[in-house]
Amino acid sequence: MYNKGLIVSGLVIFVLLVTFPIWFNGLDAGPLPKPELPPNGTKECVAPVAEMRAKHMQLLNEWRDDVIRNSNREKIVVAGVEYGKGLQLACMECHSNKEKFCDSCHEYAAVQPTCWECHITPTEAAKKEAQ
Amino acid sequence: MAVAKLEQLSQSVAQDPSMATGAVPTNDWMDIPVVFKPGNYAYPAKKDKVEYLDSQKGLHFPNAREWSPEDDDWKLPENWKEIIIDGLGERLEKFRSLKIFMDCCVRCGACADKCHFYLGTGDPKNMPVLRAELLRSVYRNDFTLAGKILGKMAGGREMTVGVLKEWFMYSYQCTECRRCSVFCPYGIDTAEVTIMLRELLHLVGVGINWILEPVSNSNRTGNHMGLQPHTFKDNVDFLTEDIENLTGIKIEPTFNRKGAEILFITPSADVFAEPGLYTAMGYLILFEHIGIDYTWSTYSSEGGNFGLFTNNEAMKKLNAKMYAEAERLGVKFILGGECGHMWRVLHQYMDTMNGPADFLEVPTSPITGTVFDNAASTKMIHVSEFTADLIKHGKLNLDKSRNSHVKATYHDSCNTARAMGLMDEPRYILDHVVDWVEMPENTIREKTFCCGSGTGLNTDEIMELRMRSGLPRANAVKYVEEKHGVNLLSCVCAIDRATLTSLMDYWNPNVGVCGVTELVGNAIVLEGETRGELDEGLRTMVF
Amino acid sequence: MKYGLPLVAVIGLILVAWLGSMIPGMQYFFGVAIPYLAVLVFLGGFVYRVVQWGKSPVPFSIQTTCGQGKSLDFVKHDRLESPHTTTEVVARMALEVLTFRSLFRNTKSELYDGPKITYESSKWLWLFALLFHYSFLIIVIRHMRLFLNPVPEFIVWLDWADSMFEIGNPALYLTDAGLLIGLIYLFSRRFTNRQVRYISLSSDYFPLLLLIAIGVTGVLMRMFLRGGIDIAAIKQLGVGLVTFSPVITADIGSIFYIHLFLVCALLVYFPFSKLMHLGGVFLSPTRNMRNDSRQVRHINPWNPDIKVHAYSAYEDEFRDFMVESEIPVEKEPEPKEEPAEAPA
Repeated sequence: MYNKGLIVSGLVIFVLLVTFPIWFNGLDAGPLPKPELPPNGTKECVAPVAEMRAKHMQLLNEWRDDVIRNSNREKIVVAGVEYGKGLQLACMECHSNKEKFCDSCHEYAAVQPTCWECHITPTEAAKKEAQ
Repeated sequence: MAVAKLEQLSQSVAQDPSMATGAVPTNDWMDIPVVFKPGNYAYPAKKDKVEYLDSQKGLHFPNAREWSPEDDDWKLPENWKEIIIDGLGERLEKFRSLKIFMDCCVRCGACADKCHFYLGTGDPKNMPVLRAELLRSVYRNDFTLAGKILGKMAGGREMTVGVLKEWFMYSYQCTECRRCSVFCPYGIDTAEVTIMLRELLHLVGVGINWILEPVSNSNRTGNHMGLQPHTFKDNVDFLTEDIENLTGIKIEPTFNRKGAEILFITPSADVFAEPGLYTAMGYLILFEHIGIDYTWSTYSSEGGNFGLFTNNEAMKKLNAKMYAEAERLGVKFILGGECGHMWRVLHQYMDTMNGPADFLEVPTSPITGTVFDNAASTKMIHVSEFTADLIKHGKLNLDKSRNSHVKATYHDSCNTARAMGLMDEPRYILDHVVDWVEMPENTIREKTFCCGSGTGLNTDEIMELRMRSGLPRANAVKYVEEKHGVNLLSCVCAIDRATLTSLMDYWNPNVGVCGVTELVGNAIVLEGETRGELDEGLRTMVF
Repeated sequence: MKYGLPLVAVIGLILVAWLGSMIPGMQYFFGVAIPYLAVLVFLGGFVYRVVQWGKSPVPFSIQTTCGQGKSLDFVKHDRLESPHTTTEVVARMALEVLTFRSLFRNTKSELYDGPKITYESSKWLWLFALLFHYSFLIIVIRHMRLFLNPVPEFIVWLDWADSMFEIGNPALYLTDAGLLIGLIYLFSRRFTNRQVRYISLSSDYFPLLLLIAIGVTGVLMRMFLRGGIDIAAIKQLGVGLVTFSPVITADIGSIFYIHLFLVCALLVYFPFSKLMHLGGVFLSPTRNMRNDSRQVRHINPWNPDIKVHAYSAYEDEFRDFMVESEIPVEKEPEPKEEPAEAPA
């Protein structure tokens, strides 16, 4: 007894599962994230772009720990520019649109940062004020 | 070979440095050669038996010769290695189980301490995983890409005479009991590996006499014991005389009778020696009591099938007698006696090998009318199924007090438990005929321990080995003996009845061994009997 | 040394990827060529192996019954351990594959003076094996976020659940810890359990070490060595690979190439190793067959044509004895003497 049918269907299922991403995407890589550059035209950030892309979450954590846990609100100076340690104090000053900046990559990579569980986005802030 | 004294062996098992007692060999197992000495191997097959078998149509038992495992030169054929490798290749193509079991083991070690041979000998090569590695290492070397490229690094090794000798040693220290396969996460069954090893060894003329002589006897005379028709009949007749002495009832069984409704086949050991004889008396009393129309056969007078322990061809040839005889006599179905490996063959191999048995009818109990659908194709049922059904329908007049001298326990035979799933029928019967208790949980049902001497290893020259491998079973019996005063070990296996007797004599001398049907026979109240007080049931000596 | 060589091999693989990925232009080799090759070998090899297994028949019905078989109505049938129908077999296999049923039975024996042998339940291997395998499965599924665009809600949810304790930033995945704990147990067991240590081969240590290295590089990349770990660029490569338009748009850190190369090594190694138990567990005849072999005839395609030692030959040999013992015979024996005279 060979159970040929069962084995072949098992293998087909296995191959389909392994190659699932191919079928799912349908050979279309889909839209790439296009984080909006600062609307205010600023070109400089607290660190080079590559480093910010890879490590911004760790930097934000350090700032949070400094400010909230160590009460160290000392500003940092990079290339002569002074930045407050905070998502809204620093980042959002330039990258003012969360949806067009933060979410663009986060959604692409299915990352769910917890920042916005405490912070409110500028859009939300504007809405509140309007009310 | 004299067996070590109980004290010595007891101490040796528990204290001698061995894998089982915590000592790990310093050498890799591949670097430890086997040494044959009197007592650690079963005698090789006699030349004339091998010649006889090789002359039989469809069988292949070449290289008949005089030889001894202790000799350096085993007188193998010149191209022995080619024969073995080709034989392995052929079997890989024939048995998916072999391929899967060679490829899938992850050496998790779950099987390691499940084997009775390992527990009793402490020899690492008796861990099921390592027994399989003996073959797997050669398989890897010659049949897998990794092994061909990496050789020893991939766990491969060259087939050598040393490896062949190792195969002989350890494929005859495995009783194909399948306990390891219960625990294996991939269901790897060492019995399959041992079966293949033994098949391969027979290709170059390496086999043991205790198996090949019964196979040749069975082919010629119909049974392992070599009982010729008149002797077989005489033996059964002696039993009827004993029954008459005990009960006053004269039973007149028939032999080779055409037109009987049922053909009854049991292991010939049951009509040959104690304590199996009492089980056979049990059958005779049972069948007399319910009055069925059955016949014995002298041509098909063996339930067991030592062919299973050689190769599938021999197993098929011997097994074919059952259907041939059933067809010749024109019976409706076959009733099988108590035996372990017999039922492995009947349940898992017979229909495939020698079926379809379309000249028979689906077994139907002539007494209760129960239709045994579970045997609808094979058309052969187990006497425990048959008896349990009779009891359920109240067809047996049983006096349980006749077994009041007995406190029993029940040993599941490896094959009926793990290759058939016959576990509760015998228990149901016991409940109605005797006061009995279970052995500890991890030693019964699918986790039962082998008697230690199955698959044709019930030969006296390896008695110490048998006492060691039977220790786990004996130990569990000892537990209930001490705790509950058990004095009788019941079972449904003819090899058990013989081998457990030696085992009990050695480890637990106050415990006897019996077949379940002996207890049934002793509890049956026959119509018109003149039975007196029988202190020891059917075993009582009456003058 | 059974574990020395695998250790050297894994370190070698790491070095190859580390040094290799730093050579300008080699990023496409490690990021594109090798992954394609690895998946091809994995799929091709896996299918090949299973087909090879399938080419051999299952000649006999050799199920291992681990419970009461189906017989009389009043005898309780153990449907999961001694399955009689295909549905019951599927259930048994599901238990085996999804919960490692057989391993759950594991006991540990101890030998005492007397001699006395005890068997006690031992579930550690089962527990850690389960921990490792399920962690690994979830990790593989979770990684789909890097290959699927848009990411299905289910995977977003899985990712969230797996990191829900928010330990560190980015948050530690529980399955990463589970995987490593499981692997470390399985690895250390090969040293501390004397029986397992004695039977272990290089091919047992290698996959464990390789998987540990994969897990460790994964955790390092996520939590510690973030230099050059631009997740958007990595995903762009991942999605590119599965849409056959791979591009590497950033200077991705070496740790990523090491991690990826080790995974590729695992994929290539897989079909030619014991890891094929993934496929084999489904094909094991002792588990995937119905225990109905007396009810339904199982067919052996190569059933040899072997004739029984015929009754006629038997009777020919023993006829005189049989007649003497009044056992019926088919053919009466030749009369010993001719009648003195024929009737007139």
